[in-house]
Amino acid sequence: MPKRTDLKKILIIGSGPIIIGQACEFDYSGVQAIKSLKEEGYQVILINSNPATIMTDPEMADAVYIEPLTVEFLEKVIAKERPDAVLPTMGGQTGLNLAVEAYEKGIFKKYNVEMIGAKYEAIKKAEDRELFKKAMQKIGLDLPVSQFATSVDEAVKVANKIGYPVIVRASFTLGGSGSGICANEEELRKVAKTGIDYSPIHQVLVEESIFGWKEYELEVMRDTKDNFVVICSIENFDPMGVHTGDSITVAPSQTLTDKEYQRMRDAAKAVMTEIGVETGGSNVQFAVNPKDGRMTIIEMNPRVSRSSALASKATGFPIAKFSAKLAVGLTLDEIPNDITKYTPASFEPSIDYCVVKIPRFAFEKFEGVDSRLSSQMKSVGEVMSIGSTFKEAFQKGLRSLETKRFGLGADGKDKVFDLALNTREAYLEFCQTAPKDAALKKKLLDEIKVPRDGRPFNLKYAFLAGATVEEIFEASFIDPWFLHQLKQIIDLEKELIDAKESQRKTLLRKAKKYGFSDRQLAFLWGKKENEVRVMRKAEKIIPVYKLVDTCAAEFQAFTPYFYSTYQDEDEVVVTPKKKVMILGGGPNRIGQGIEFDYCCVHAVMALKEKGYETIMVNSNPETVSTDYDTADKLYFEPLTLEDVLNIYEKEQPIGVIPQLGGQTPLNLARGLADNGVRILGTSVESIERAEDRDLFKQLLQKIGLRQPANGIATSFAEACVVAKEIGYPVVVRPSFVLGGRAMEIAYDEAQLKKFMKQAVEASDNHPILIDKFLESATESDVDLISDGKISVVGAVMEHIEEAGIHSGDSASVIPPYSLSPMVVQEITQKTKELAKELNVIGLMNVQYAVVRDQVYCLEVNPRASRSMPFVSKTIGVPLAKLAAKIMVGDTLEKLGYTAEIHPPYVTVKESVFPFVKFPGVDIILSPEMKSTGEVMGIDRDFARAFYKSQEASMAHIPEKGNVFISVKDTDKVAIIDIAQGFEKLGYRIFSTRGTAAVLREHGVSVEELKKLSDGSPNAAELIREQKIDLIINTPNGKGPMLDEAKIRSLAVSFKVPCITTIRMAKAAVFGLQAVRGAQLEVNPISYYHEECRRMTARV
Amino acid sequence: MKAFLALEDGLIFEGEGFGAETEIFGEVVFNTSLTGYQEILTDPSYKGQIVVMTNPHIGNYGINSEDAESHRPWAEGFVVRELSPVVSNYRSQESLHDYLKRNNMPGIQGIDTRKLVKHLRTHGAKKGILTTKESDPKKLVQKAKDSPSIVGVDLVREVSCTKAYDFNETMPVGFEWGKKNTQKYQVVAIDSGIKYNILRLLNRHGFKVKVVPADTTAEEILKMKPDGVFLSNGPGDPAAVTYLVSTVKKLIGKVPLFGICLGHQMIGLALGATTSKLKFGHRGGNHPVMDLTTKKIEITSQNHGFVVDVDTLPKGEVEVTHINLNDKTLEGLSHKKHPLFSVQYHPENSPGPHDSHYLFERFYDLVAANTK
Repeated sequence: MPKRTDLKKILIIGSGPIIIGQACEFDYSGVQAIKSLKEEGYQVILINSNPATIMTDPEMADAVYIEPLTVEFLEKVIAKERPDAVLPTMGGQTGLNLAVEAYEKGIFKKYNVEMIGAKYEAIKKAEDRELFKKAMQKIGLDLPVSQFATSVDEAVKVANKIGYPVIVRASFTLGGSGSGICANEEELRKVAKTGIDYSPIHQVLVEESIFGWKEYELEVMRDTKDNFVVICSIENFDPMGVHTGDSITVAPSQTLTDKEYQRMRDAAKAVMTEIGVETGGSNVQFAVNPKDGRMTIIEMNPRVSRSSALASKATGFPIAKFSAKLAVGLTLDEIPNDITKYTPASFEPSIDYCVVKIPRFAFEKFEGVDSRLSSQMKSVGEVMSIGSTFKEAFQKGLRSLETKRFGLGADGKDKVFDLALNTREAYLEFCQTAPKDAALKKKLLDEIKVPRDGRPFNLKYAFLAGATVEEIFEASFIDPWFLHQLKQIIDLEKELIDAKESQRKTLLRKAKKYGFSDRQLAFLWGKKENEVRVMRKAEKIIPVYKLVDTCAAEFQAFTPYFYSTYQDEDEVVVTPKKKVMILGGGPNRIGQGIEFDYCCVHAVMALKEKGYETIMVNSNPETVSTDYDTADKLYFEPLTLEDVLNIYEKEQPIGVIPQLGGQTPLNLARGLADNGVRILGTSVESIERAEDRDLFKQLLQKIGLRQPANGIATSFAEACVVAKEIGYPVVVRPSFVLGGRAMEIAYDEAQLKKFMKQAVEASDNHPILIDKFLESATESDVDLISDGKISVVGAVMEHIEEAGIHSGDSASVIPPYSLSPMVVQEITQKTKELAKELNVIGLMNVQYAVVRDQVYCLEVNPRASRSMPFVSKTIGVPLAKLAAKIMVGDTLEKLGYTAEIHPPYVTVKESVFPFVKFPGVDIILSPEMKSTGEVMGIDRDFARAFYKSQEASMAHIPEKGNVFISVKDTDKVAIIDIAQGFEKLGYRIFSTRGTAAVLREHGVSVEELKKLSDGSPNAAELIREQKIDLIINTPNGKGPMLDEAKIRSLAVSFKVPCITTIRMAKAAVFGLQAVRGAQLEVNPISYYHEECRRMTARV
Repeated sequence: MKAFLALEDGLIFEGEGFGAETEIFGEVVFNTSLTGYQEILTDPSYKGQIVVMTNPHIGNYGINSEDAESHRPWAEGFVVRELSPVVSNYRSQESLHDYLKRNNMPGIQGIDTRKLVKHLRTHGAKKGILTTKESDPKKLVQKAKDSPSIVGVDLVREVSCTKAYDFNETMPVGFEWGKKNTQKYQVVAIDSGIKYNILRLLNRHGFKVKVVPADTTAEEILKMKPDGVFLSNGPGDPAAVTYLVSTVKKLIGKVPLFGICLGHQMIGLALGATTSKLKFGHRGGNHPVMDLTTKKIEITSQNHGFVVDVDTLPKGEVEVTHINLNDKTLEGLSHKKHPLFSVQYHPENSPGPHDSHYLFERFYDLVAANTK
């Protein structure tokens, strides 16, 4: 069927901020969809609140709205643009939920907008568990026995009928929020309560547990002619019980016979037809009982997903791109396969390699978090790796994770419970003694029963302690096939250990085929990594690069998408063109995410423009950078020195850009330079000058910049001395880390002791920095670009939260809203001086604290920052693109960007947190970054922009209602104005005794609440009864035992916005006052940028 | 145990042997199916061929008695990237290694299968040798060169049954699919190397089945008074199976015919068309085929090295019903006057997707229409 001509304008809904369960993959799918629809001649409109996305670049869609993803704002965009259709399947669960809500409120009908890709009825059928269950029963598919409950008691009754263990799933939630496995009534009561609370319709499904069954996922597509194809089959390493997003997964499926696989395929096809997904990609999940093969369906998602992004990267088949084409009526046979060019898209990819996805967790950032893996997703990112075999891919995946691991152990980082095996001697001794240690074996077998981050290592230790495949299977339910693969790795490791010097060479090739890194071999053989590298190269054991081609080599392929492997034939055609290699950011984690991928993609675009061949290296399957359409060549590889050097030696680019991918590639810069690699942009020496404490101190002194008093320490004793000298409170800060890892403010020696221990662990033997903490300081962040001669400040941002809260977690405003022009001028000037002194070629980010107009420099990062996309979107200048061009020799003069832009509007970046996934974790902000994503609000003035940013971060503050205020003593004066403000807005105010007394004294009428332990009425009750609409609570101290922590935790569960700083509370009042009764406007981002350009032209 | 695979054009691989320690020859072909190695090995159409699997991990789920497509493996040798050290599946009864050893078939693992596949794709299917007995490169290549070609050779005789028999079996429990009819019509299936699943599907779709050897004459068949005749898949060069072509010529118009793979080629040749050898054949489970009558696409199971030349089909009499969307080759035909149709691919799958079982229903309808 040809494409539809009755549609002209199509609205795509993005997925908003990065949250757990929803990350860059929706930028990837959105970008593909936009390009794909534009290619077909449609006008494309986009709404997305996340500025750090390629899809919200002004030149992407015909009109890009960076506005909150709420029905209110969606309607405004629709009213303004009047699209013919909306494509809701590209924006993850957020996009889908928003479309459902808008449909139910009649918005689409009102403006005559058609839902394409998935109809409302189909979405409902797939998402509503009851409807889904009925639909599956209708087509004769087996499901776990289950029943709905709307109260805890009802849930208990159902469970008694089914028999424990049972799984509780909350209806209509994201990434499995409010779900869990319960072994008994006590656990069930707890989980069911949370689930019912989380569910927007207050309902949970209580289900027969199929814990331990094998888990599979099929990524499928269907078109309007009912043509159906499976793009990829995925088998989970971790069996049922762990959310797919948290499972290690493998493609293709490994342990299904054809009969079993085809039965699954038939079922998936029947599901697609029954649910009525007319067009596009979906995923269908199954569980298979390993004992008898019984297959049950778990769920299906009628949209592109993280798994479909993975499947696209794993096979080379661009699901989102084709889904968009199917949505406008094309059929699979009418779309050519991108990779082979002459075969159609209506086929099922075959792959001749093994793909492994490994999730990346960030539990270390959340004190008191429950790190057990369950049906609720907790990982913040993932890596994908490709190898000729599972073993190779698995070890490559482990070293891609950015957890300082270099494969399945034997890398100096092994830790068996509390026993660290840092040295070869310790490791060898463990290997010797462990098999005789029955107690250890038992302990390990117990340990692996509970799925956790890092379980693969414990599986290994269990093997080393003499456990058999059968024993490990009994404990973990991980399929014996996978366990045997691990055992092969471990057996070879033993051979490697036992090999005499003369035998090592002969084992080397096999070791590389098994995915061993040079680092592991060096550890096992007591050598340096470089010595192994030299030995390996002398033996001519170097990787070859093979093509990802969708067809297992059956047809000639044209897309240059490669992975390394130790086989015979290399398929890379090295061109004589000038090449630049761009290093990506690796897996998403807190502190390093989509922002850096954004910068890398921009660099690729810019360098392509300049005529360079671009080579992208990355290991994160969610990203736009790993779309084979992005760079001229894509190497899907771990970002380690070994892997990057191998590609460098193969391709011989003119240089490598490490400063755009965040800390990951930056950490490689020194090693690369030492191996003769030319680093493009700011030199390694400059990078080190900014990181090294002493050099940094000298640098600031030279420029005449203040710095909080500071010192360095490598132990608690040394830290005490420093702290005494500079005075408490102090900031404890490891160097060479990301996102404020293990950064804390210590108010006394006891805290210092605790924090130093964590910091030493996190810093990997680098010294710890101890800074004087500046209390009540305003923090400011600056992004700058420099060509070595001139520097231009992209923007000076002012944080709403005070210094001491990680810059990645603060809300941030352009232009500064309270700093004096003099201070802003000084910051601008000093930043430029810093850039000159460091001879920055490219980007730099500097953080300042301002106390009573005194400017202190906190940190200098001579690299792209997290705020770079936000700044670029604000001022309409693609800074990362310019930076890339500068790195290959352009000047700012030539690029026409020589003066600061001062936009005549305001943008506010707000952070988004994952607390809802970590029940019980306190939500207060600290120097340790905790947010996963960001949104942007843009409007004429601060108040409106702020209001939009809050709406966009899903922290909807109602125009009036009930506010609970409880602040620490030092904030009691500052809260008075704020409370009066809320009172004027018509809020009812509730407070605990101390705050209430102060407020009453100042004429605010307050209803006083008791302490939680003193009975009714108290804040917890009111929150549970949903009588509180907003909480303002500035923390007194840290600790999960306190009332305030409990209240904050409840606030998260009940989705009550909770403000934890005075400054934020002020901004909130201000925002509410401004939008009261006012009609907020929406405008495309290009409309704002046009204003900037007009202003600049006038100047 | 070292093993070698050498092609007639000089390409040599050294790997590790598994299965039997022996020396065999065959045409080296590759299969891109991700699942179904047992079905592939036991498919008689692979007689005379050394099969390379593109999926790197083979042997993972072992061998079981239900998934065999005939009573023994027929391929000459088996080439994989990595043989699974262990079997993991609740239905498995034997490891692939043991199975091959028991059936005296050699395998080789640990080679760059992608390199081999690309070579075959570029240079076409090649004669080859797979051996654990010889390691001298020159001798290996010479032996490969000297080995018999499958072009012009009748391999059907080697795989066909020798005596007629009745077949009545159900599909393995839990793995049934397709429409179930009561067995109303009698069909004769000419065994050129027939797969069990074809027979089971004929049973399931309403046919009593008598299997006869490939050299059974048309007269003998017609004497059985069948309601329809089925022409099976089979190995080798269709042009060499002249006796069967003449049998088919005599059956056309007398009784409804349905042919699969070699059976399709027999019908093509009987109708006066020619066949030719594809460069490297179609072997896998992912080729898109369009049914031109409904315009629907089915993902098909494929295993053929020869093809009916579409241009040589008699004009006006034969209708092209199916084409391969990848290379636009002929995948199915029917006759405008006579009750017959055939497909080049494998609607019985096994291994492969179940998209095409409607063809068995079509055969049922065709037979029904002709017995009224």
